[in-house]
Amino acid sequence: MTDKLVHLTIDNIPVSVPPDTLVVDAAKQAGINIPVFCYHPKLHPVGMCRMCLVEIGRPLLDRASGEFVRDADGAPKLQFSPKLETACTTPVTEGMVVITNSQKVADARREVLEFILTSHPLDCPICDKGGECPLQNLTMEHGPGQSRFLFDEKMHLDKHVPLGELIYLDRERCIQCGRCVRFQNEVADDPVIAFSQRGRALEIITQSTPGFDSIFSGNTTDICPVGALTTADFRFAARPWELKAAASICQHCAVGCNIVFNVRREALQGGRMVIKRVMPRQNEQVNEIWICDKGRFAYHYVESPQRLTQPMIRKDGALIEAEWDEALDLVAKKLTAYGASLVTLAGGRLSNEDLFNLYSLTHTQGGQAVLYSYMAGGDLTAQVGIPPQTDLGKLGAGCVILVIACDLHEEAPLWWLRIKAAAQRGASLIVLNPRTTRLDRYARHVIRYEYGAELAALSAFQPQSRGDLPEPVRSAVKTFQEAENVIILYGSEGLGLQESKALAHACAGLLIKTYHIGRSNNGLVAAWHNANLQGAWDMGFSPINNLAETLSKAGVTYVVATDPAGDDPQLAEALQHSGFLVVQDILMTETVKMADVFLPAQAYMERGGSYTSGERRLQRFYPAVPPPGNTLPDFAITARISQRLGRTAEEQSPARILLQIAATNPAYAEMDYQLLAQVHEQQPLMGRHDLYYGGTTYENRQGLGAHLSTAASRVEPLNIPDAPPPPVFPVQEGLLTVVPTTRLYDRGSLLIHSNLLHQRLAHPTLTMHPKTAEAYQLSRGQTAVMLLEKTPYRVEIDLDEDLPHGIALLPRSVGIPLNAPQAVKLRPES
Amino acid sequence: MLEGLLTTLKSMVKKPVTIEYPEQKRPVRPRFKGRHSLKRYENGLEKCIGCSLCAAACPVEAIFVESAENTDDERYSPGERYARTYEINMLRCIFCGFCEDACPTEAIVLGDNYELSFTDRAAAIYTKDMLLDPVPPGGQPTPQKTPVGMYTRSIPEMKDPL
Ligand code: SF4
Ligand code: SF4
Ligand code: SF4
Ligand code: SF4
Ligand code: FES
Repeated sequence: MTDKLVHLTIDNIPVSVPPDTLVVDAAKQAGINIPVFCYHPKLHPVGMCRMCLVEIGRPLLDRASGEFVRDADGAPKLQFSPKLETACTTPVTEGMVVITNSQKVADARREVLEFILTSHPLDCPICDKGGECPLQNLTMEHGPGQSRFLFDEKMHLDKHVPLGELIYLDRERCIQCGRCVRFQNEVADDPVIAFSQRGRALEIITQSTPGFDSIFSGNTTDICPVGALTTADFRFAARPWELKAAASICQHCAVGCNIVFNVRREALQGGRMVIKRVMPRQNEQVNEIWICDKGRFAYHYVESPQRLTQPMIRKDGALIEAEWDEALDLVAKKLTAYGASLVTLAGGRLSNEDLFNLYSLTHTQGGQAVLYSYMAGGDLTAQVGIPPQTDLGKLGAGCVILVIACDLHEEAPLWWLRIKAAAQRGASLIVLNPRTTRLDRYARHVIRYEYGAELAALSAFQPQSRGDLPEPVRSAVKTFQEAENVIILYGSEGLGLQESKALAHACAGLLIKTYHIGRSNNGLVAAWHNANLQGAWDMGFSPINNLAETLSKAGVTYVVATDPAGDDPQLAEALQHSGFLVVQDILMTETVKMADVFLPAQAYMERGGSYTSGERRLQRFYPAVPPPGNTLPDFAITARISQRLGRTAEEQSPARILLQIAATNPAYAEMDYQLLAQVHEQQPLMGRHDLYYGGTTYENRQGLGAHLSTAASRVEPLNIPDAPPPPVFPVQEGLLTVVPTTRLYDRGSLLIHSNLLHQRLAHPTLTMHPKTAEAYQLSRGQTAVMLLEKTPYRVEIDLDEDLPHGIALLPRSVGIPLNAPQAVKLRPES
Repeated sequence: MLEGLLTTLKSMVKKPVTIEYPEQKRPVRPRFKGRHSLKRYENGLEKCIGCSLCAAACPVEAIFVESAENTDDERYSPGERYARTYEINMLRCIFCGFCEDACPTEAIVLGDNYELSFTDRAAAIYTKDMLLDPVPPGGQPTPQKTPVGMYTRSIPEMKDPL
C-alpha cells in the first residue's frame, strides 16, 4: 500500500496520504489546522470562502526527462505559485511543500475574516451558535482585532426568517458558504433550499411547500459555520457551554443512530434536568455525523404531562395509585394462580436487558413471549444477517444491494442516505418495489411487481431460474449473479406479518443458495419499524398471527411498552376478555386505561441499556436525565416480579444482565458494557475543538458498539424453518384492496407528543390511482368511509398516477389498524 | 493608672467613631460593590437579553439564567432574546463584579446595597423580580406589546465598539 501514498511536507512535517487527498485533509491528519468555512469533509469542495489559503510549492519537473529539477545539493527545486492557493480544492501531489504558518498566510486569513465580518452582526451574546461557532473561534484565532470598514455600513437584514416550521434563518449571520445548500443537494438529495440574489443581497431561500421539506433539515444547523440556521427546538434555549452531554442511541428506527442528549437544569420544570436538544454523535459505521429530523425532534414525549409516575391498581372499577410493593405483590399472586396462561406482549422500544428479564420471567412461568410487531424474520437475520466487518459506508463496486418491499427513505432514513452513497460509489443497487420510491433514482435496476407478488419477483433471482426473463429483470439477475457480495434488505411495504415471514424466508433462502452468507458485506437486513425489534427476536420474542385470540384466552396478560388497545379495537376487545391485565408503560395509553395493575416504567433516556440495530450492531445508551417520580426501569420491575415468584433476577445493573445474555446467546458471547464503550479514532476527525471542520456533531467518546456475529459467520449449522405457506393477496369482487405503507412521521405513541413535528405527521389518507378512484366515484380531497372489520374509518382520498391500479395505500400508525393488505368496503362519505 | 483614666476621660469628650446603624447609614465609596440590580431602559424594557455571559463570567457560579424569545406581543427586552429566569445566589456571590464587566448591555450592575441577610439558604437566591429595578416614570412594565417592526435587531443597537 505504501507505494500508493503521496508524500508531501506541510510546515516541514512530512506527511504521506493516499492520492486525491485534499491538502486541507492531509494537514488535518498531520495535526495541522487549516481554517475553513465552505469546505466540509463530507461535501464536495467548492473553494468559495477563501479562508483556507496557503502557500503551495511544487517540485519543478524537467519537461524533457520528466525528472525533478534539482539544486546543487540534490534537493528538488521548488516552484511556488505567485498567489496563495485554496487548500480545500487542491489535491496533494508528490513532493508538494505546503506552508501554512507564514506571514503571508496569516495576512490572508486576517483579511478574509475582516471581509466576512463586514456584513456580520455583533450577535454573539445571544446567538445560538455563540460558544461553538467556527466564525467566532477562527476570528479569535486569526482575525483582526479591528475592522477598517465603517461600522454604520453594516447590512441590516431579516433576522427571523422561518425556512420551514423547523429551521429558522437569520439572514444577517449567513456568510454564504453554501454548506447548507450543498448538504441538501449532495447528501440529502432534497434540493429544497437555494441561494437567491447575489452579492450582499444573497440569501438562502426555500423552494418547497411546506418550507424546507426535508427529513434531514436539522443537519444543516450542525454544519452551518455560523448561527444563521437554528432549529425551532433550540432557538434561544440555552448557551452551548451550559449543556451537559449524555451519549445515547436514537430510539425511532432500526438504524440506531448515535446521538447525544444535551441536558440542562430548567427552572420551568421545577429545577429538573431536561433535554434541550439532540445532536448527532459520530459513528462512521452507523450514521456518520447525520441524524434525521425524527431522531432530532421526537424526544419531547419524555416531558409530556401524560407521563405516569406512580403504580396503580384497579379498585372498584377505577385505577387508584398504590405503592410498588402492593402492586407487585398483586401481580405475583395472579401469576402464581394463573401460571402458564401468561402472555407477555412486548414492544420494540425496550432494551435488550428489559427483554431478557421479561423473557426469563415468561419462560420460567411457562407462558408465551409475544412481540408486538408486523414484521418477521429476526430469527433469520440472526443466522444469515450481515456479520461483523460489514460497513454500509464502504460498500462499492462488486457489491449488490437488493432492496425489496421497502420505502427506505421513510422506513430507515439513514440507511437510505448510506445506500444511496454506496450506489454512488459504484455498488449495484437493485430495487424491487411495487411503486416508485426515493431510492429508485440511484438504482441500477428497478423492478416493479404487483402488490402481493414480492415472492414471485424475488424468485427470478434463484440460481436455477433460467428461462426467458423479460427486461429489466434479466439484466438485474445478471448483475446479481455476477456480484461478489450481496446484501438483501427487506422492509414492510404492503406486507403484513405473514407476508413478511414468507418474504424473509425467501430472501434468506436466496442468500443461502447463492452463498452470500457468513462473509462480511453479505447477508440479510430487515428495516424494522422499532429500534430494538432485532434485539427482541434475539432475546426470544417473536410476533404471532392470532394475537387477538391469544390475548383473549390469556389468564394473565403482561403488556409492556406498547399500546395494542389504542392501535386496534379488535385487540382492545381481546384484552377485555383476557384475564388479569398488567400494563407497564411510561405514558397514559388506551391499554393503560384498561389495566388491572399499572406499573410505571422509565423512558430509555432515564436509565442505561443496550439496543441491537437492524444491522445487528449492539450499542449502549446512557442515562441522560433523572427519572421522574416513583418510576423504575423496565428490567427492574420485571426482576422484582420474578423475585416475588422465588427466582433470582438482576434488578440493579443492566451491565450484569448483558453478561447473562452473553452467557446464553452465542451471538452476544463476547459482549459486555466495556466492549460497547470502546472507541477508536474515526476519519474524518470531527467534533473536537476544531468545530469549523466538521460542524457541531459530537465526537464519539462513549462507545462505537460492536457488531454481533451470525450463526453463519460462526460456521454453525443453520436452522432455517420450513417455508411458511405463501400468503394469499386479498382480492374480492366489489372490495378495494388496501395495502399498508410505513411513514417516518406516523402517529405513533411517542411521536404524537412532539409538537414540533405535528404539521408533518401522516394523516389517514387513502392514496390510489385516479382510475381506481373513478371506479369508486371518488376524487382528490374527498372524504370516504372505509369499513375495516366492521368498524368504519374516515379517510381522505389522494390520487397518484404512479400507483398501480386497483389498490390503495394507507400509512400505518395513523389511527387505522391496518397492518396487512386487506380488501375493504369503501364508499364516499354521505 | 492615672494615665489610663486620662485616656478614658479624653475619649468621653471625643466625637465617637461608631455610628448608630441602622438608624444611621454611612455612605459607601464610589467603587463599592453591593447587591446587584437589573436595569431597565427609560421605556421600561429590560436591558438584560438573557445571554448568560454574566453566568459564564461568574467565578463562583452564582448566577443562573434561562432565556426565551421575545415576540412583539410579549416583549421584555428590545432584542430577540430575554431572560425568562434570572437568579443570583447571594450566599455564593463574592461581589467581584465580573458579571457587570461581562454584560454586553450594562444590564446587571452592582449597587450599593449591602444589607443582605437571610434566615435560610433558599432566601439567599434573589430572583429576577427581586433584582429588577422598578419601572422608571413614563415607562411601561414588561412584558409590553410593541408595534411590529420596531425592534428588529438581535441585540439593542450598539455603538461602534471602537
Ligand atoms: S446559512 Fe449557514 S451554511 Fe448556509 S450558506 Fe449561510 S452560513 Fe453557510
Ligand atoms: S435514521 Fe432512524 S435511528 Fe437515525 S435519527 Fe432517524 S429515526 Fe433515529
Ligand atoms: S459579583 Fe462576581 S461572584 Fe457575584 S454574581 Fe457577579 S460575577 Fe458572580
Ligand atoms: S445581565 Fe447582562 S450578561 Fe447577564 S444575561 Fe443579562 S444581558 Fe447577559
Ligand atoms: S475556500 Fe477553502 S474552505 Fe472555503
